[in-house]
Amino acid sequence: MTTLLQTRNLSKNFGGLAAVQSVDFDLQQGEIRAIIGPNGAGKSTLVGLISGRIAPSAGTIAFQGQSITKLPAHARVARGIAYTFQITSIFANLTCRENILLPAQRAAVAASGLFGRVDEAALITRADEILARVGLGDQADTKAKEMAYGHQRLLEVGMGLALHAKLLILDEPTQGLSDSEIANFIDLIRTVSKETTILLIEHNMTVVMDLAQRITVMNFGQVLAEGTPEEIRANPAVQTAYLGG
Amino acid sequence: MSGIFNKALMVHLGLIVVLLALHFILPAYHHVSLARIMVLAVYALGFNLLFGYTGLLSLGHALFFAAGLYGAGLSMQFFQWTAGPGFVFGLFCAIAVATLIGMLALRTVGVSFMIVTMMFAQVGYLLILYYNEYTRGDEGFVILRELRVLGPLDLSAEDIRYLVALALLAAAILIKLALVRSPTGRILIAIRENEERTRMLGYDPFRYKLMAMVISGAFAGAAGAAYGILFGYVGASFASIQYSILPLLYVLMGGAGVVLGPLLGTIAMFYLIDIASGMTSAYLFFVGLALVFLILVAPKGLLGTVRERWAPWLP
Repeated sequence: MTTLLQTRNLSKNFGGLAAVQSVDFDLQQGEIRAIIGPNGAGKSTLVGLISGRIAPSAGTIAFQGQSITKLPAHARVARGIAYTFQITSIFANLTCRENILLPAQRAAVAASGLFGRVDEAALITRADEILARVGLGDQADTKAKEMAYGHQRLLEVGMGLALHAKLLILDEPTQGLSDSEIANFIDLIRTVSKETTILLIEHNMTVVMDLAQRITVMNFGQVLAEGTPEEIRANPAVQTAYLGG
Repeated sequence: MSGIFNKALMVHLGLIVVLLALHFILPAYHHVSLARIMVLAVYALGFNLLFGYTGLLSLGHALFFAAGLYGAGLSMQFFQWTAGPGFVFGLFCAIAVATLIGMLALRTVGVSFMIVTMMFAQVGYLLILYYNEYTRGDEGFVILRELRVLGPLDLSAEDIRYLVALALLAAAILIKLALVRSPTGRILIAIRENEERTRMLGYDPFRYKLMAMVISGAFAGAAGAAYGILFGYVGASFASIQYSILPLLYVLMGGAGVVLGPLLGTIAMFYLIDIASGMTSAYLFFVGLALVFLILVAPKGLLGTVRERWAPWLP
């Protein structure tokens, strides 16, 4: 297996608070990795650093063997790191389809080169495929702000998919979804993971145990443990962190 | 999709044909007014690209209008250039100024952006007054009639002037229509709606905002250069704050984020001011009244409301 993403000594301080402390994190190509940990453990800050939304205080990040530490967020997306927001961030006044067209267009431009033409019809077909995949096929012309919260979450995930990224970072994607929607979501991520590496922040342990091949546990900004779901379940330090020791 | 596009295209082309037909039937006074309106509408169309589509409110667009106006006027005055080279040079000046100001002002957002653009425009206005040896300051200067020619066309003749203004407006409408319906236009709208999300979809917002600023500045510059050339007068009042606010009023009245909104807004506002100032010196009272009425009845502007209620396909 090849390493897709590697962070070394990655740190972020907010004033006096060390949100992320000297994290060495390795992600292999093709895996589904979950990051778990109590609230305030630094999970979102860590993926914020990886996606480029937050600038690190120290440390390095390498993607496909190349340093991306100094790249701005949009350039990292162009390299293949897609991020879906924890707090749903969609284009509320645009239709569902237009929301997907934007990332699909980005992926198409990246594939066709600088002066390549973007085929609008193909783009729309692709957008509708993605909407069908996330279960929003019948809402293509609905304005995003008029959709139910759970559907907006699915749209958010769809936008991540449409980028056709090498690494898809999902920040609490199942928050607010119904049980049946969660079941569909798990199936969807399994299919997607055949082409894409998945990094998942998740509170819902059913989803984590079901999907993740490996789990990284964070606490107080540091990596507390890492291993397979079975190893993590059996780890006494993890139990202490979660249950309070 | 292509059906919708054609419908929109037909509406825009149809409007251009109507304006052409008006050339033959309008009485002289309105004929001159409409020529003026069409040039100012080009200015407003460009303003709308930045404000209505990209979500950036500049309060310093008079600087770009003046860059076109003075770029054309001064080069014709000092080098004895005719209208063609004068116009191109004016356009070039506006693009250069918009690029420079864009690179500086786009480091700020929201209210700061409004203030920074306004301050730059004031600097431009004061520079024109300061160098009154060349610009003739407030008093301004007249572009010689014999230079206001484009090949065999005498641009100071009323017929030709109207048709040239219409040609410029038609070009501006069609360029803008193509732009806002293109993949790039989609990104500009995305930046207006949610800049952070757009960035996280892999688009560099700064790059697209700068592009919108430069194209918007080019529209303003083209309008400024054409205004000077067609009406023969160049003066500092065109660089004043009033000329930064006017396109905002035109766009708000006609509908921000609708291609034809600014044209309708320019016509409505121009005649409102024209008629009101014929009745009273307090004509700004009527402008204010119209804006209050607009906010109460049609907050999205005339065409914005039409699109919302009856024609959602209108680009």
